[in-house]
Amino acid sequence: MSLSILTVDDSRMMREMLLLALSEQGFVVTQAEDGVEGLEKLNSASFDVIITDINMPRLDGFGFIEGVRADEKHRATPILVLSTEGDVEKKTRAKTAGATGWIVKPFNAEKLVSAIRRVSA
Amino acid sequence: MDPLESVKITFFQECDEHLATLEGDLLAMEESAGDREAIDAVFRAVHSIKGGAGAFGLEALVSFAHVFETALDHMREGRLAVTHEAVQIMLRANDILADHVEAAKSGADADAAAAAAMMAELNALSPGEGGEAGGDDALDAGGTAPDELGFVPLKMDIADIGGDDTASDPAADDADWVVTFAPHARLYATANDALILLRELTRLGESDVSLDASALPGLDEIDPEGAYLSWTVRLLASCTEDDIREVFDFVDGDCTLTLERATGDGQGAGGSGDAADELPPADELGFRPVQIAIGEDDAITSPVAESDATPASAEPAASAAPQAASPPPTAKPAASPAASATIRVDLDRVDKLIDLVGELVINQAMLAQRVSETVIANDSNVSMGLDELEQLTREIQDSVMAIRAQPVRIVFQRMSRVARECASATGKQVRLVTEGEGTEVDKTVIERLSEPITHMLRNAVDHGLESPERRAEVGKPAEGVVRLSARHQSGRIVIDVADDGGGINRERVFNSAVEKGLVSADATLTDDEIDNLIMMPGFSTAQEVSNISGRGVGMDVVKRSIQELGGRLSISSEPGVGTTFSLSLPLTLAVLDGMVVSAGGQTLVAPLTSIVETLQPKADAVRRIGPNRTVLAVRGAHVPLVDVGVAMGWRTEPLPATEGVAILVDSEVHGEAALLVDGIQGQRQVVIKSLEANYQHVDCIAAATILGDGRVALIIDVESTIGSNLRGATPAEAKELLAAAG
Repeated sequence: MSLSILTVDDSRMMREMLLLALSEQGFVVTQAEDGVEGLEKLNSASFDVIITDINMPRLDGFGFIEGVRADEKHRATPILVLSTEGDVEKKTRAKTAGATGWIVKPFNAEKLVSAIRRVSA
Repeated sequence: MDPLESVKITFFQECDEHLATLEGDLLAMEESAGDREAIDAVFRAVHSIKGGAGAFGLEALVSFAHVFETALDHMREGRLAVTHEAVQIMLRANDILADHVEAAKSGADADAAAAAAMMAELNALSPGEGGEAGGDDALDAGGTAPDELGFVPLKMDIADIGGDDTASDPAADDADWVVTFAPHARLYATANDALILLRELTRLGESDVSLDASALPGLDEIDPEGAYLSWTVRLLASCTEDDIREVFDFVDGDCTLTLERATGDGQGAGGSGDAADELPPADELGFRPVQIAIGEDDAITSPVAESDATPASAEPAASAAPQAASPPPTAKPAASPAASATIRVDLDRVDKLIDLVGELVINQAMLAQRVSETVIANDSNVSMGLDELEQLTREIQDSVMAIRAQPVRIVFQRMSRVARECASATGKQVRLVTEGEGTEVDKTVIERLSEPITHMLRNAVDHGLESPERRAEVGKPAEGVVRLSARHQSGRIVIDVADDGGGINRERVFNSAVEKGLVSADATLTDDEIDNLIMMPGFSTAQEVSNISGRGVGMDVVKRSIQELGGRLSISSEPGVGTTFSLSLPLTLAVLDGMVVSAGGQTLVAPLTSIVETLQPKADAVRRIGPNRTVLAVRGAHVPLVDVGVAMGWRTEPLPATEGVAILVDSEVHGEAALLVDGIQGQRQVVIKSLEANYQHVDCIAAATILGDGRVALIIDVESTIGSNLRGATPAEAKELLAAAG
């Protein structure tokens, strides 16, 4: 099944990497450069899974996740956090904001895809 | 190209972008006295470099960036004060970070000793823990610092979901598991889904799932976002506890999970997960045993209401609803300038476009010329249309050139490091002030600016500034100031490197020049002339050979490389106040304003920027020196008169000077000189076509162009044309020429 995925990351390289890994699986990828752009994309579209970074300019991952969850139509959309940081405090914060899962960078494609499978129906 | 290679290229591009802004951001951090936004910007840049480096296994870069990032994190969290000293260390750390990136690019190893020393300095900044901080955090960060911890970033030991490799785990032998799973409402609030988790769990092997719906309340009391169901899964497959826990990795804490061995001693080796400890008593969640017949599990596993039917009063049972402490999910007022709408375009495409526009300009000129040769009246529709076309072509050309224009900031940003390194090598204190960083110039010029500016800057610190002691003696602050500024001036870019040092010691310069035989001891030179001696080949005033400013290269080489770009280098100095080197360059290397002249039956173009004036030589102003050299008297001074036709080899006998036109040019190396041509055809902007790229280097020729009538015209290299005339002069002639030139 071809899932539609929104990736939110300020690093162009990371976005390209995700695009590479995800499109290999036949997923349809939409990209955003930060939380603000991510929310903008969500205004007009829905996605099967959202993958977001934490450290971003303008609106960071925590704020972005809260913004997604505040929108009734995206409350059930799984959000995976993809971050180099993996400490418990940050994870808890993300979870409190409404994150579904957490993947620590650097990711490998298999792990990422398995995580996506684990949150998407 | 391998797609991963292209991602890697992006990574390095991004590194360069981060490095280009990092230094400014670090300084802004200090200036703003630790403004959170400023620190965040620096942190993000270093963090991003680290993240990308991890993806490519660039371990040395990862470990260094990690330590740097840790120190920044301390600042971010207020545990480390943003002091001048700390920022100074970070500026140097930034230099080393740049080295690491460069090394990674070329696949080389960065200077490990320098990195280790800097890591120690950064660690020492960290409050309390000293050197420990880096290592501990590295562990938290998911093992991204292999050097320190000795393990590889990509952990591959996580069992495949299929569980094929579990046989190697002796504990898994013949072990069935009984897993009880009771989601909390919070699990659903994070968009996790019990159905999916159960599906994943049952993929581990043969399984038997039973639902416990005893907690489900009556329909009138049901909270659509509550959690009432729990499951018991008996896994007949042999798999490890880790396999099972990984399935529930994301919902740790949001469910009650127990794992028990179904066989063996029956004691329940797995025990309950951490989640169990946090489990609120059942009555808090409003569990009430009500029997309801449920046909399909699937239909009810995900209670998050996706329809509009959610009652307004229905508070999510266990969701942390009042998140007052969290910022609202709106954009913060952008402290950083809003990202302007940009697109990335391959440079080749821009170059191609510039080339094509060049062709268009030539074509338009040809068309205009042909029309002018016909009998069409100037006010005819055709002529007027052509005028408009010319205007339009010019505008297109300017716009296209603007695409390739870049601010000199790119070059200036690298210079503070140069100043810093030079200062520490010479024991001087230097503050580099930059102005006009936004001044734009063609990319091809930008690329060639770095070297001469680096050299000029080193020269300013090394030779220009006095030692701190000397400065104290003359009542100047110990810290010297070097000002690097850029501005546009009459179609050129002018870059000044000005120091507030002691100025040029003219006596020493003069004596040194005499010693080296560059001038005669009895010559009377103006201050300007003495200053310019510095840029003569073979000149150096340094008492001892310094590898800081020089690196074995003199200012003469700088001057020559600038001239190759069609630029000029001038110098002005005031004793006790300082010295300024001024470099002026054309804004582009693609077009040139030129004077079209004829010589020896050929059409040539002389760059307008080097032309001072044109004049018709009078017989009494021309003096012959030796068999084939001539000087021309211009307002009392004598300048060499070079017959262009002869210099180019188109004729052997010079044109009688009175029959031609003398173009007085300002040559950088040889001072003023006059070029003798047969006549002047006009003045126009020409598109430069490289001769080297299409043919090969030719003496006296800088490049070529195509004129309106389709003819190829060569562009005169003023310097080498004059030089060719002087070369081979006998000592007597040279002396006479020099004397004539005053």
